Amino acid sequence: MRAQFDIKTYTGFRAIALVCLFILYAPLIVVAVYSFNASQSLTNWEGVSLRWYADVFTGPESGKFKQAARNSFIIATVAATVATAIATLAATGMVRGGRFKLRSLSFGLISLPIMVPEIVLAVATLIFFSSIGFDRGIMTILLAHIAFCIPFAYLPIAARMQGIEHSYEQAAQDLYATKRQAFTKILLPLMMPGIISGFLLAFIVSLDDFIITNFVKGAGVETLPTAIFGSVKQGIKPNIMAISTMLLGVSIVMVTISFFVSKADAIR
Amino acid sequence: MATGAAGGGSASMDTYREARNWLLMPAWVTLAILVLVPVAMMLIYSFLTKEFRGGVIWEFSLAAYDQFFLDRGLFGDEPARIEWTYITIFWRSIWQAATATVLSLAIGFPTAYFIATRPARMRPIWVFLVTIPYWVNLLIRTVSMKFLLRDQGTLNDFLIAMGLIDTPLVIVNTNIGVQIGLFYSYLPFMVLPIYAAVERYNFTLSEAAADLYASRTTTLTRVILPAVKPGVLAGCILVFVPSLGSFLAPDLLGGARNFMIGSLIEEQFKGNAGNWPFGAAASMILLTLVLMLLLLFARQQVKAGKTAG
Amino acid sequence: MKILINAFTALALMTGANAATADDRLVLYHWFEYIPQELLDKFTAETGVSVTMDTYDSNEAMLASLKAGGIGTYDLSVPGDYMVAIMANEGLLDTIADGELKNKGNIAPEWANPNYDPGRRHSIPYQWGSTSFAVNRDVYGGDINTTDILFDPPAELQGRINMLDSQGEIMAMASLHLGIPQCTSDREQLKALDAMLQDAKQHWASFNSDTAKEVLVSGDAAAGQIYDGFAAKAREEGANIEYAYATQGYVAWMDNIALLRDAPNRENALKFMDFMLVPENVATLTNWAQYNPGVSGVSALLDPALATQPEKNPHADAGPGVFIEVCSEDVQAVYDQIWTNLKK
Repeated sequence: MRAQFDIKTYTGFRAIALVCLFILYAPLIVVAVYSFNASQSLTNWEGVSLRWYADVFTGPESGKFKQAARNSFIIATVAATVATAIATLAATGMVRGGRFKLRSLSFGLISLPIMVPEIVLAVATLIFFSSIGFDRGIMTILLAHIAFCIPFAYLPIAARMQGIEHSYEQAAQDLYATKRQAFTKILLPLMMPGIISGFLLAFIVSLDDFIITNFVKGAGVETLPTAIFGSVKQGIKPNIMAISTMLLGVSIVMVTISFFVSKADAIR
Repeated sequence: MATGAAGGGSASMDTYREARNWLLMPAWVTLAILVLVPVAMMLIYSFLTKEFRGGVIWEFSLAAYDQFFLDRGLFGDEPARIEWTYITIFWRSIWQAATATVLSLAIGFPTAYFIATRPARMRPIWVFLVTIPYWVNLLIRTVSMKFLLRDQGTLNDFLIAMGLIDTPLVIVNTNIGVQIGLFYSYLPFMVLPIYAAVERYNFTLSEAAADLYASRTTTLTRVILPAVKPGVLAGCILVFVPSLGSFLAPDLLGGARNFMIGSLIEEQFKGNAGNWPFGAAASMILLTLVLMLLLLFARQQVKAGKTAG
Repeated sequence: MKILINAFTALALMTGANAATADDRLVLYHWFEYIPQELLDKFTAETGVSVTMDTYDSNEAMLASLKAGGIGTYDLSVPGDYMVAIMANEGLLDTIADGELKNKGNIAPEWANPNYDPGRRHSIPYQWGSTSFAVNRDVYGGDINTTDILFDPPAELQGRINMLDSQGEIMAMASLHLGIPQCTSDREQLKALDAMLQDAKQHWASFNSDTAKEVLVSGDAAAGQIYDGFAAKAREEGANIEYAYATQGYVAWMDNIALLRDAPNRENALKFMDFMLVPENVATLTNWAQYNPGVSGVSALLDPALATQPEKNPHADAGPGVFIEVCSEDVQAVYDQIWTNLKK
């Protein structure tokens, strides 16, 4: 490459990009490495061991973490599924609905949960549930999660849909498919990569949420972030690093899936 | 990000025009019930009377806003002056969030630019690398950062072993700790929109500038930056807004020593204070600030769109 | 679409099933790190009741959470002395009828009729102890038996102090430091309290209750406000710290298991209270938490080392141990203002 003379290149930008990656990964790598530390102490390295991973599954806190992990995955799965379904319909209405008056208002409403600071949404949700006398529990967490997952599911789906020529559905209709058939048989399969990305994004966002969950969770209902926060407040322990590393693994697997889904699609 | 998905609906894309309202209904209903109504309730609560030790009494009162803006002394009976306490807390949060944004921009812009100028097949891999950390739980990232920055943490151990410093740098429990935490939390949000903007940038403009003997720096500041400004603004908003109401970084990396907006509000509902109307009022004020900022941003985008078209 | 709906139904059933197994449950709202898992396991083994536990880090946070919708979802919580009185006033506690607790007679006589819960109608003793502060002796070798350590610290400790994130404990300690009564309504005294705390704050590194022990062990803090049993544990974990009994005084407390109003599993809650009145179980708790029991017949079962712990034995010059008082609404409003000033 004639990088030196390339009009696009700025000296130093490559170095900064590498520094950026270093900053992004250094803390995660340090934690991943120390999760294999045999020592009880955080800072002394005493050789490689899986004891903290065993501790996560069999140690004194294992019951709490297992329950929290179950809650987290149930909530994330249901919330992401519902939000994705709602978002898919909404995206169809927004992108294939022609021009209409409430369009920008609708878009504003859909993206509101991203725009409003999380703490504000948390307070509003708490006040809402408390004023209608709705008992806090897994259900309150689930409802709150569905609401803020919708925009995260919507954005990739709508973006994908805009890239699909509407001639596909029209061709189907020319061949006497009903609009419903055109939707389920043509549009939906074409939208699938967007729907999968939307679902995964919503899933991760739900799995990740701490502030809102912490405000609306009920007695004894912990999700992984609230359970981890509870433990971390009393000091970082090696078993937390093991859990973190496992969650890191889950995240990487999911983002990789989403990466290849979009890549496979680009090839086609 | 917002404009990308909102715009681009041409009049001919109307296959489902008749079904439109039905298709949008679930989203409208869900978000109205779970977002609009709660925010309206919060607005109402901010005008109610506080109940001693948590909860509200259903009587109209301006006490929450009075407490926020007016200082009536320790005992509440002095002539009212401007209350600086909460403005200071808001200002601190704004300043922390702004510092984190500038820091993210300083690192994020060159990174995004660098990625966008890679060969097309390399770009997705770089984007992939930058996005992975965002998919990792924010709490875990913040905790990892704390582990790295502690007085006895890896960074200090490393610097001491290298002989660069003798005593550990104190970062955790300081403002700098919070800023680094916020910066680290939202850095990918800065890179992605700028990357998208630079990728769309037409590099013949740079060539034209070079032909007219513009220096590299001039080209960057006078040609490239104005062209990718919407992406830069979007990145700044995406870092600034969540930083403003953040809770984890100040709590874990700031030692809860100074209130930030997030912890001030949390304290009203879950901590010592138990003043719901005040918590609701502080939330309303934060919401108003953010919405004003977003409105300004939207107008900028519209303006940018007009000049470009 | 059908697949989505089916998946959702299945998951909804799962969450439903999750909640439906509530019959043999007990939901405990407890302080962090304050009960050994083996005791909970033993309770489950004896009664078949599984225990779910949420934790809090200050009496005030527990109260706020209960008032913000938590009441009716928890069976028991563990408020400190003054908080029992506040909760009873707020109507957050249920009354234990005569004869409902078969082990009630085990309560030590001196704790059977406390002023915050006359006749023990809402609560039973859990543990009692003190809140003072501990100093790392590697960092500071001078006299530590003065509240100056916290509020006017020597140079070695400045900027390396952790305070408990608890209004009650800080205000009580600050009042002892100034020699003024708690919950004073005297304006000059309140102003002095405000000014003194403002001045002291510059020397404090953090406000944290749940990491109070951890920061002393790790060396992140060189001195910190802490509970006696927690200080003993920090010392056992290798911190070279000494727990101080200031000549101005220290905070004494008694934590209690209280029966909450609208407890969803009231029967199981009473079973747990009875369980926590059995001397053997209280001994397990006390040996682990390293505070003091409020039940008779426990002392013989305790680890003999506990009795001689320096944390448990105030020296001759130690000031009085005072309980935190409940302030009137007016004074509390000023306290809240001072607290906000402190953390602004």
